[in-house]
Amino acid sequence: MSKLPDLWQDGLAAGWKVTDASQPGPDLKLECDVVIVGSGAGGGMAAEQLASAGLQVVLLEEGGLYSSRHFNLREAEAYPQLYQESANRLTADKGITILQGRTVGGSTTVNWTSSFRTPADTLAWWRSHHGLEAMQDAALQPWFEQAEARLNIGPWQTDPNMNNALLAQGCSKLGIRYAPIRRNVKGCWNLGYCGTGCATNAKQSMLVTTIPVALSRGAQLLTRVRVQQLWLSADRTRAEGVIGLALGPDGIRPSGRRVQVRARQVVLSAGAIGTPAVLLRSQAPDPYRLLGKRTFLHPVVMSGGLFRQPVEGYNGAPQTIYSDHFLHTQPIDGPLGFKLEVPPVHPLIMASTLPGNGMAHQRLMKTLPYWQVSLALMRDGFHPQSVGGSVGLRSDGTPVLSYPLGDVEWEAARRALLQMAEIQFAAGARAVLPVHEDAGMATSWRQAQDMIRQLPMQILRTRVVSAHVMGGAMMSADERHGVVDQAGRHWQLGNVTVIDGSVFPTSIGANPQLSVYALALRAADALRRRL
Amino acid sequence: MTLNRRQFIHTGLLGALSLGIAARLAAPHAAPGFAASAADRQLIAALGRGMLGSLPATAPIALVDNTLVAIAGLPLASQAELRQLFDLLQQPLARMALGLRPPWQDARAEQVRAMLDRWRYSRLTLLRSAYQGLHGLLYASWYGDPASWQAAAYQQPAIMKGYL
Repeated sequence: MSKLPDLWQDGLAAGWKVTDASQPGPDLKLECDVVIVGSGAGGGMAAEQLASAGLQVVLLEEGGLYSSRHFNLREAEAYPQLYQESANRLTADKGITILQGRTVGGSTTVNWTSSFRTPADTLAWWRSHHGLEAMQDAALQPWFEQAEARLNIGPWQTDPNMNNALLAQGCSKLGIRYAPIRRNVKGCWNLGYCGTGCATNAKQSMLVTTIPVALSRGAQLLTRVRVQQLWLSADRTRAEGVIGLALGPDGIRPSGRRVQVRARQVVLSAGAIGTPAVLLRSQAPDPYRLLGKRTFLHPVVMSGGLFRQPVEGYNGAPQTIYSDHFLHTQPIDGPLGFKLEVPPVHPLIMASTLPGNGMAHQRLMKTLPYWQVSLALMRDGFHPQSVGGSVGLRSDGTPVLSYPLGDVEWEAARRALLQMAEIQFAAGARAVLPVHEDAGMATSWRQAQDMIRQLPMQILRTRVVSAHVMGGAMMSADERHGVVDQAGRHWQLGNVTVIDGSVFPTSIGANPQLSVYALALRAADALRRRL
Repeated sequence: MTLNRRQFIHTGLLGALSLGIAARLAAPHAAPGFAASAADRQLIAALGRGMLGSLPATAPIALVDNTLVAIAGLPLASQAELRQLFDLLQQPLARMALGLRPPWQDARAEQVRAMLDRWRYSRLTLLRSAYQGLHGLLYASWYGDPASWQAAAYQQPAIMKGYL
């Protein structure tokens, strides 16, 4: 429980319209101009824009309302409270662990603040291979600038922590280009706990920026509401609103309370798993069978480097250095390129991610402060065989993502493990441990190469994670090639707009939050003009 | 057809698992969720001994409590999967098919670890996923607990002490 000032306390006292639907009460029936499903990067941005334009906005969030006074830096509380499936959402074959927010502010409340514009080569590919002529660098620039100004995105002036600095040192020794990461923070204390909710309100997430402004302009927020489906018109060309179920205080079981919101416009911002799931449950028109297809993850593999000096990867801004060198060593549609960054190294997530068990695992954990961890996120969706995953529904209606990893991904995974080990040794690591069940500690670069070349590349042996879910309701220049148009408007449901990372036709090739923000501003502006 | 020991273990587990699933499907009005029992506590303690190795004296109780809290926070579909796994492991025949003779409460850490390691490196993704699922659950339950932090030389930032 943080005792630092919490703007939500003042806002609620001032009469913000916030309803915790998990509390007992009669069924909820509301009417508004725009109902927004999901309060993350897309929904948060859209809410502020539309409420500021004088429209009546209702924002629905599946998670609970947790703000700075609840954030106490403890992983064991933050993961169940703030993440989808306790930060342990798995793909259908359980081969990939997905980190996704589920709380007011969505993933922006728990992300690591890394801010990149959509890379120019990604946009060029979208134009040339997906026909998205609207995705011009110059046309998008004002939207990026607006998002950057709104969220105080800028250079990070403080020295990187040792976890990041060692990535820079290793790259530097090998002549590999690296650069600092821009961050969406204001008055950051450099604590390193972005992932458990920012206790100091420095992170400019939706929780402390756009949602408070939307509420101060009369928007209404309902938490603990799981939207089941669109309420479709009889001719299935538009939505009359949405229908949802309130969850109980545990955030898991429906409480029996029903929620119905009638609206002129529906905005889907439930993320690249949640948004396709709502459309699938609604049996929305999908004449070309593209819904929930081409879901991308930036699959991540990791490498641990053991250093003589303390690294303390739990202290300091989590991501401040990156290298895009290996995104540019081959054509964009060639063998998968990867972006290098580091994750924060906190005990719970480190212990459950590190391979092994028993005393061997205890020995790893005893040296926790001396581990530098690097990660490689693979750019999926460009190579002809990298077609991503697909979202389906379980028998209980909850979504599940299938994402089979094939030869193309495994080849890149092995290459990335090799490169990370080389960089860690160049930075002075005394040992390197690829995060893989069959790996041991290599004490030299030569030994690491021999080992990594032999590692069986299989799910549930090679540790693969993701924090970036994209695609599944892709935009297109005509209705035959996508689910929504280039402003996010559903091709068959005229008053339904998708405003989140679902619209991307490939992965971004960089941490996606700023891409979501910029396209959200653009889509919300187009929607406002239509109204 | 002759089965070597490893194949027998796999076949035995798959057979038992399908029986377990069939039993679950047949059970009328099964309560949704995990619904922990006293036997589950013994099973978690035994799996914890095998997975984590020796821990401080008070750790096992905290580990079991934390694990049950963590399970109760999972989506119902995940809770149901864990229920199936736990039901299966509590069947003596299935336990023996997996190569673990003594009942859970009497099983030594090395015996449990040997069983878990067979799943860890199994050719069957079903067994590997059971191992990884338990690995994640048990390690999260212990290293999320402040009682574990001293051994990992970890502490929260001192600057936050007065604010939390």
